Amino acid sequence: MNSIKHPELSTIFNEDEERVNWHDDTLWWIRAKRDKAAHGISEWEILRETASQIKDNVLSNLHQYLIDFEAKAQANGIVVHWAANAEEHNKIVLSLLQKKDIHQMVKSKSMLTEECHLNEYLEKNGIDVIDSDLGERIVQLAKEPPSHIVLPCIHKKKEEIGQLFHEHLGTEFGISDPQILTETARLHLRETFLTRRSALTGVNFAIAETGEFVVCTNEGNADMGAHLADIHIASMGIEKLIPKKKHLSVFLRLLTRSATGQPITTYSSHFKKPRKGQEMHIILVDNGRTVQLGRADFRNSLKCIRCGACMNTCPVYRRSGGHSYHNAIAGPIGAILAPNLDMKEYADLPFASTLCGSCTNVCPVKIDIHDQLYKWRQVIVKEGNTTAAKTMAMKVMDFTLSSPTRYKLAGKIGRWTIKHAPFTVNNKLNLWFKNREMPEAPKESFSEWFKKNK
Amino acid sequence: MSRAQILAAVLNNQPLETLLPADLEFDSPSKDLVIEKFVETITMIGGQVIKIKSLQDIENYISENYLPENRILSQLTELTNYYKFSGDESPHELENTDFAVFNTHFAVAENGAVWITEDQMGHRVLPFITQHLAMVVKAENIVANMHQAYKIIENQDYGFGTFIAGPSKTADIEQSLVLGAHGARSMTIFLLEN
Ligand code: SF4
Repeated sequence: MNSIKHPELSTIFNEDEERVNWHDDTLWWIRAKRDKAAHGISEWEILRETASQIKDNVLSNLHQYLIDFEAKAQANGIVVHWAANAEEHNKIVLSLLQKKDIHQMVKSKSMLTEECHLNEYLEKNGIDVIDSDLGERIVQLAKEPPSHIVLPCIHKKKEEIGQLFHEHLGTEFGISDPQILTETARLHLRETFLTRRSALTGVNFAIAETGEFVVCTNEGNADMGAHLADIHIASMGIEKLIPKKKHLSVFLRLLTRSATGQPITTYSSHFKKPRKGQEMHIILVDNGRTVQLGRADFRNSLKCIRCGACMNTCPVYRRSGGHSYHNAIAGPIGAILAPNLDMKEYADLPFASTLCGSCTNVCPVKIDIHDQLYKWRQVIVKEGNTTAAKTMAMKVMDFTLSSPTRYKLAGKIGRWTIKHAPFTVNNKLNLWFKNREMPEAPKESFSEWFKKNK
Repeated sequence: MSRAQILAAVLNNQPLETLLPADLEFDSPSKDLVIEKFVETITMIGGQVIKIKSLQDIENYISENYLPENRILSQLTELTNYYKFSGDESPHELENTDFAVFNTHFAVAENGAVWITEDQMGHRVLPFITQHLAMVVKAENIVANMHQAYKIIENQDYGFGTFIAGPSKTADIEQSLVLGAHGARSMTIFLLEN
């Protein structure tokens, strides 16, 4: 069992304090851009509420929407596939390529394929995959997974990227100028786009009413891939459906403003029919989503539109880095989705949160993220998936919090300890003290203060 | 197999049906303000706006900015001097396009996005593969927000349609904004006033 992974992995990330601060500042800067974009729209809260209600309707009527979508997509000339899990998804992709004797594929961003470990699978089966999103290409060259769903290489410094480009793409040693590196990638990937016969893209939204799907990028890489390839495969989780085309107005207004503070992505492409002579396929993937749909406490997590806002705002994510979540989707939402897939393996993740609620406040579809994290903790402890130390701590907490008298007494002892014997708190055995200053203890508790001053 | 299994699981696990919310509608500012906002937004996201009185004005722009040997593509019948294409070419043949100009349906003021469908592209890949991109937007066809935009799109049929908002861009390397990632390096809007 591996439930201490997040603390261990974040310790590694925390060894380089300067990098942690830089990571923290960069993400906070993006969060600030999100705030500016959100505040620029007076109807922001109405949009969030509407998006949330549309998604509630999607989840409550998903069965019908899936059937509608399939029929419309087929009528449009798109081939629809269904995959119960990651393995089946990967097999479908492989067989489509093999049928056309294709050994190379260009891929634009799709967190679902990360979740399915598609690249590894295809490579093992003799298919060469090139990620075309610049950030994904960079982590692919570094043989790392993305550390963020919107900003895959947010953890990398430009000098490191320059080094990778020097090794793999032949740029001069020591070049780290983003402009030059981007130009290098542009030329290298144009060559790829022009020579690959197959392209895979993710799906941001799929529309039940019309059978079309929408892919949003800033770079134009999904379009370059799809419009040049003989075969376009789109992979989507079944929760990506929305009822009607007009609902895109709400989601496209929210998505990038929440993600990067942009008013909209450069390209929001609506794929409805294959182009003449082209094959278009869509794979509808479950991989645990129907299970999550059945968990009343956690099904709201399926409303996620993958904007990344909850990560950018999360004080734990910003200081521990995406890789510490050892899961395709990092951050607060990843910590809800992962235990659904494998509760033992990801038992640590719901604890990687301060429960401050910042994630919930920024989420454009109003997912109750921090409440769900709290609920996962209860489930995980009950099922015995925590380490002995954490279980003990939780039991003490539970024992203390479930009785007002014990709570008051514990507070008194705590305040006394911090004041008179700080060394017992500020030491290595107290995990909470790692990288934190312990607060000064208040002289009296709130209720003591209240009694005196009311 | 999996289809039946997934659908059964969904049906079994989905909650009681909730209703869809009402469509959102917001007051629209005056036409002048909408146009002003569009110009401001498209400029902010890295595009440029050139006001024109007639489509022939585009020819002046091209001759001032491009050389005779540049490959310039347009389906606009008003631009007589430039290479036309049949639509039957392989999309790969469109590589090395320096400049392409398109007609569009409408633009959106709140985000600078321009809506264009397959029939206006000639080739789906052309607005992406061209080094520099230009679009003709009629001033009367600018809407305030995305809700108004989808009122128009709602009843449209197309094989492929896309919103394009400015030049291709990336900020993947230390969040420095670089224009010209994989798609067009620049976006010019020819704003046709009458
Ligand atoms: S949970 Fe909400 S904030 Fe987080 S990525 Fe999903 S939509 Fe964005």
